[in-house]
Amino acid sequence: MSLLDQEMPEVVMTPDNIRSKKFPLVQNILVAVVAFVVAAVVVLSTGIGNWVLVVVLGGVLYLAGLNFVAGRVEGKRAARNRMWQTAIYTACLLAVLPLASVVWTLISKGAERLDGDFFGSSMANIGARDANGGAYHAIIGTLEQVGIATLIAVPLGVLGAIYLTEYGRGKFATTIRFFVDVMTGIPSIVAGLFVLSFWVLVVSKWFNDGNPQYSGFAASLALTVLMLPTIVRSTEEMLRLVPGPLREGAYALGVPQWKTILNVVLPTAAPGIVTGVMLAIARAAGETAPVLLVAGGLSRINFDPFSGGQSSLALYVYQQAADASKYAPARAWTAALTLVALVLILTIAAKLLARRNKLTR
Amino acid sequence: MAKRIEASNVSSYYGSFKAIDNVSMTVEPKTITALIGPSGCGKSTFLRSINRMHEVLPNARIEGRLTIDDQNIYDPDVDITAVRRMIGMVFQRPNPFPTMSIYENAVAGLKLNGVKKKSLLDDAAEKSLRSANLWDEVKDRLDRPGAGLSGGQQQRLCIARTIAVEPQVVLMDEPCSALDPISTLAIEDLMFKLKDRFTIIIVTHNMQQAARVSDKTGFFSIDKTGEPGRLIEYDDTQKIFSNPSQKKTEDYITGRFG
Amino acid sequence: MGDNPSRSGNHTAGDLDVTPRHARGAGSGVSPSSHEEPPIGGGGALPKKSRFSMETGFRGLSTSAGAMVLVIIVAIAIFLISKAVPAIQADHENFLTYNRWSPNEATPAFGIAVLALGTVLTSIIALVVAVPIAIGIALFLSHYAPRRLATPLGFVIDLLAAVPSVVFGLWGRDLFQEPVRDFSVWLNHYFGWIPIFGGDGPFGQSLMLGGLVLAIMVLPIVTSLSREVFQQTPGMNEEAALALGATKWEMIRTAVLPYGKPGVIAAVMLGLGRALGETIALALTLGITWEISFNLIQTGGNSIAANIANSFNEANDTGRGALIASGLVLFAITLIVNMTARAIIYRRREFRDSAA
Repeated sequence: MSLLDQEMPEVVMTPDNIRSKKFPLVQNILVAVVAFVVAAVVVLSTGIGNWVLVVVLGGVLYLAGLNFVAGRVEGKRAARNRMWQTAIYTACLLAVLPLASVVWTLISKGAERLDGDFFGSSMANIGARDANGGAYHAIIGTLEQVGIATLIAVPLGVLGAIYLTEYGRGKFATTIRFFVDVMTGIPSIVAGLFVLSFWVLVVSKWFNDGNPQYSGFAASLALTVLMLPTIVRSTEEMLRLVPGPLREGAYALGVPQWKTILNVVLPTAAPGIVTGVMLAIARAAGETAPVLLVAGGLSRINFDPFSGGQSSLALYVYQQAADASKYAPARAWTAALTLVALVLILTIAAKLLARRNKLTR
Repeated sequence: MAKRIEASNVSSYYGSFKAIDNVSMTVEPKTITALIGPSGCGKSTFLRSINRMHEVLPNARIEGRLTIDDQNIYDPDVDITAVRRMIGMVFQRPNPFPTMSIYENAVAGLKLNGVKKKSLLDDAAEKSLRSANLWDEVKDRLDRPGAGLSGGQQQRLCIARTIAVEPQVVLMDEPCSALDPISTLAIEDLMFKLKDRFTIIIVTHNMQQAARVSDKTGFFSIDKTGEPGRLIEYDDTQKIFSNPSQKKTEDYITGRFG
Repeated sequence: MGDNPSRSGNHTAGDLDVTPRHARGAGSGVSPSSHEEPPIGGGGALPKKSRFSMETGFRGLSTSAGAMVLVIIVAIAIFLISKAVPAIQADHENFLTYNRWSPNEATPAFGIAVLALGTVLTSIIALVVAVPIAIGIALFLSHYAPRRLATPLGFVIDLLAAVPSVVFGLWGRDLFQEPVRDFSVWLNHYFGWIPIFGGDGPFGQSLMLGGLVLAIMVLPIVTSLSREVFQQTPGMNEEAALALGATKWEMIRTAVLPYGKPGVIAAVMLGLGRALGETIALALTLGITWEISFNLIQTGGNSIAANIANSFNEANDTGRGALIASGLVLFAITLIVNMTARAIIYRRREFRDSAA
């Protein structure tokens, strides 16, 4: 007998018997049935709620009852283990419900206007009583804005990442790395306000006879601000995965560092970099707020991103959601479905690419 | 309180891969048993089967019978946590909990078992740290992180943590392979001391260590990669190292193989 | 740093497309190895290090690209301040404490009191609901689910993080509003004596709806970051706990949760940053009122970001300045939250590196 056994008889430190009493499934189900019946009787007889409350109350009673009854049979620790496990499984179930609802609504409501007209026409001359009208102009806007943003953000981001991995030493690099991370968290609306106050209200005046001008390009700038940190971060991570001996091998051949980076390091990391870029594009394509502030939200087709305003798919969803026309919700949901499809295709492609990436495996 | 371990026809699997085949041996109470053999021969797998740590890995399972004082630890109604409390384990790399202090590490097992009384915990911490020959080195800094100790001290802290819950058997999986010679010596001294209270089974790559510390030695081997490991010979340490009955054992301990 | 980037940029840009085809293209840069083709085994004097080479050019270019991040952050602050200050000077009320928003009048009067309160309350609701569930899912994915289930489920969670906020906003307004209204009525009926659940209606587009939609939106972020730190728990610590006879939950409490704590805190902070800055989902789900009220279930509520989206189209010059001023406040808040989160992550990384 150890000291512990003498002083705390309830804590059996050195069990002579390793057998445990298992909590039978039948009893488990019995507890569940009792819990839900009690909940149903209490709720429905007093009329304090409907079946939802029965389920919630029943669930709580079941957890408590399980902990109590199983605790009697199996011991406190095993019962607590069981209770937390149940709670964790419940958390998953709880999260799946709204998400499933989002997916279901998207598909069922979005399918309504999934027709040629939607993808072939704009909202020009569409009044409140017109059932038709489409998102062609918005799709053009999204593609052009995200495309230009990508053209700016990718070289800048990749070069920035090269600085951080290959050249950056000391405090300056640490500072940049820190602020790249901080920049990831800048709200998109702030990026929009920044471009509004910098480009639309100041710089665009120089090109437009002193008048501020909305444009798709301004939206691209805002999206660039949002994409840049993501691209720097993911590229940096990929470059760090490139094995050191590969670089040293090139140095040993007398290849200068910049050529090593361009010809050896970047190609090796390329698939991973592309993955990061695609994820950044997917995020940018879904942004509404910055486009709302700086692109103007034109309802007709405008191919010129540099003047005259544009819309985008995400902005289109928002505009249609705010529209009082009874046909607007259908357009909003179909545009949302299109947008989600675009974003998810990009994301899934990026993840599949990442899975085949040799560096990250 | 030390107990006898008996394995009969034990085979371990990882999924469809058979890691050890048909191992039978009896370990007497209050002895030190060393398991030696080349890498991948299944000695660690066998060790982990003894306290059911084997099945932490997915798809791992076992066939045969493993008993502790005649209770089969693989019976379906056995409480795994009770088995593991009864059969403690020290791992290859020292693994104190990184977020805990030395004191908290030493009493971690007791706290898990619901011991809350401060005086009891204090007593147990001192007792187990003394048993692990660590008390004098750490008594002034019990509230410092356990990860801040040297490798050898960390390993002794892990031993203290294991024996604090007063197991009956202590399994050691190459406890010295990550340590320098002086720390190794300290652990070996400790093993002699603990032998009075516990049954100890140790896996080691170091044959001198096996010869120095153990009463009995089991030699495991494999024919080739992909084949399951087998227990080739199990006997008194002295006999194994001076006059082994199997050719394979002799080849291994004389360095001609493995 | 001023003119260096553009100058070196020209050199590199001109060279980039040449290099892969023939190494001679280092032309103006003169990098020693490619220029003279010294005889094998050397001989003669070593080539001198040239003062201006492709190397310095490329280094300068990438350094300036890295510095762009700092430039942008500073520029954001400068431009927002430059537009905000005149508007705040024109404000006839206290910008921080006034609770109306009429910046477009002849005597502009506006303040962010209601907006800031709504921003904070919706974010708190979002975190209170989302964090426990997210940690539960993260533990499920990292320690409970079989791999065959955990991998696709984790994949789905990551996909959900990519769904645009406008979609969640639309769903919240068109679908989720109804059950939340029913729930609000129920809460009001039985718990109306608690001030936050009081009021006479109407219910529906409330702080609670906005907060719950936000919760669903931050859930994937907090989940996937937490799952990552939980998965990083050293296996040997988990085994140590199990070998002491811990049950699975006890193992999680002894080894996994303490180890993951800083990471989870950082994940929560990042989720908070996302919730604070969320615009469109709140613009679509909040009822937009200008009362300072802690009532969670009555139609109403507002937030800084939602107000920018809602009021932008009617804003004149001062109005825009006022919105930018409110955006500046939001920028400052999210900056602080994010910097705190990152500082935690950085300290943890150093801690881990030094312990290894």
